[in-house]
Amino acid sequence: MHEMGAKALRLGIPLAVQLDITYRCNERCVHCYLDHDDRGEMTTVEIEGLLDQLAEAGVFFLTISGGEVLLRKDFFHILEYARKRSFCVRLKTNALMIGEKEAERIRSLAVESVQVSIYSHRPEVHDAITKVTGSLARSIQAIRFLHQHGLHVIIANVLMVQNFGDYPGVRALADELGVQCTIDPTVTPMMDGNRSILNLGIDRESLKEVFHDTALVKDLPDSCSVPITADEEVLDSTPCSAGHTACYVSPYGDVYPCVQFPLPTGNVRKTKFLDIWNYSPQMNEVRAITIRDLTNCSVCVHGGSCSRCPGLAFMEGNMRGPSTADCEKSFARTGIPSENLKRKMSSPSAPTLVQIST
Amino acid sequence: MTEKCYVARDTHVASRLMGGEMMIMSTRDSTLFTLNGVASAIWEAADGKTPLDEIVTDHICKEYDVSREQAMMDAETLVEQLASHGIMIVSDHEIVPPEISQVSWK
Repeated sequence: MHEMGAKALRLGIPLAVQLDITYRCNERCVHCYLDHDDRGEMTTVEIEGLLDQLAEAGVFFLTISGGEVLLRKDFFHILEYARKRSFCVRLKTNALMIGEKEAERIRSLAVESVQVSIYSHRPEVHDAITKVTGSLARSIQAIRFLHQHGLHVIIANVLMVQNFGDYPGVRALADELGVQCTIDPTVTPMMDGNRSILNLGIDRESLKEVFHDTALVKDLPDSCSVPITADEEVLDSTPCSAGHTACYVSPYGDVYPCVQFPLPTGNVRKTKFLDIWNYSPQMNEVRAITIRDLTNCSVCVHGGSCSRCPGLAFMEGNMRGPSTADCEKSFARTGIPSENLKRKMSSPSAPTLVQIST
Repeated sequence: MTEKCYVARDTHVASRLMGGEMMIMSTRDSTLFTLNGVASAIWEAADGKTPLDEIVTDHICKEYDVSREQAMMDAETLVEQLASHGIMIVSDHEIVPPEISQVSWK
């Protein structure tokens, strides 16, 4: 797989695209970064045309996501069309609308994997996050159908203050269901830049607990060892696949480097996908950035091992700057603060006005 | 292998030509395969209706400097390997691969 990615990078091919076909959703998750109103989704014909263009551009992995994908009445038509164009299709869904016949249909269309969000093994916690009573039971039933039909199911468990203590229970549930489980401690700001939902993210101590849990981390001494400063090879490398071999297309046709990197680069309703991919000044600006260009990060002690997300850095205000969420992860792993965290820790408190007399 | 052999791509695969090589993933187990240019030509021509010997004559011998016997032997080995991984169907009669749109939707 690494070789495939390296080849795509060399050839400038968008190997992986996430296409959100709707932002509408039948859950109202407290941490969701999307606005769920329909502001003019691409039509079936527009999506077919886009899939043709993506196939022509060399896209191999197509993640179809949302919103809730099954809310589109043409969902199976889109899926069928994508498979006819020979994409390796991955689905992301809350699975509320997947019954036995939907699971059978998804299997018959040879979908590679289906990712289902599960926040807790306890209905009172999961349902409080999705704001839909009975949603855990329905998602679990759907997972059983999908698994029974031989599909590769992945439970995605986002960790928040509301559900932090439940991840061992979710992992046990995944084992019982015979499916894979991934855990992600990242809460993403809303796409419109609103950062208020970041308050739902777990605190530093909880993050440390996750990164030192031997049930989750295979090689604990290696993972938590003293970090490596970026060497020359790392300094000349690029931060991640966003804009290099991957990108994201919204239900309205907007193209971004990644779903977590809301830098507008063009719209497929106005410009051909490959023209956006090849010639968008914004896409090329993202591509031009190497680790060496990153303020703070290029000289940071974690430079050689950090998982810095350029999209989160962009949403923090500077695509060449640090992503504090990833600085926190590096700190949680190693106990050594990043350059960015050191700066934040030593910053004086914001000036405040205190009224001392009337 | 019999004289008349028909080959078809399995429907449980994803594939894309990248830099002259065919990347194939089995969606059953996410195994990834790479075919070189010659093998890619056979893969693309494997429509279930064209006999393998015709594929070799039309797509390999005309394009590459290779004897027909050698090309046929190599092609047979390749399709047997692909079939063993479940990504190609091999038969002594024409294959009608299930079109994705024809899969039943009850």
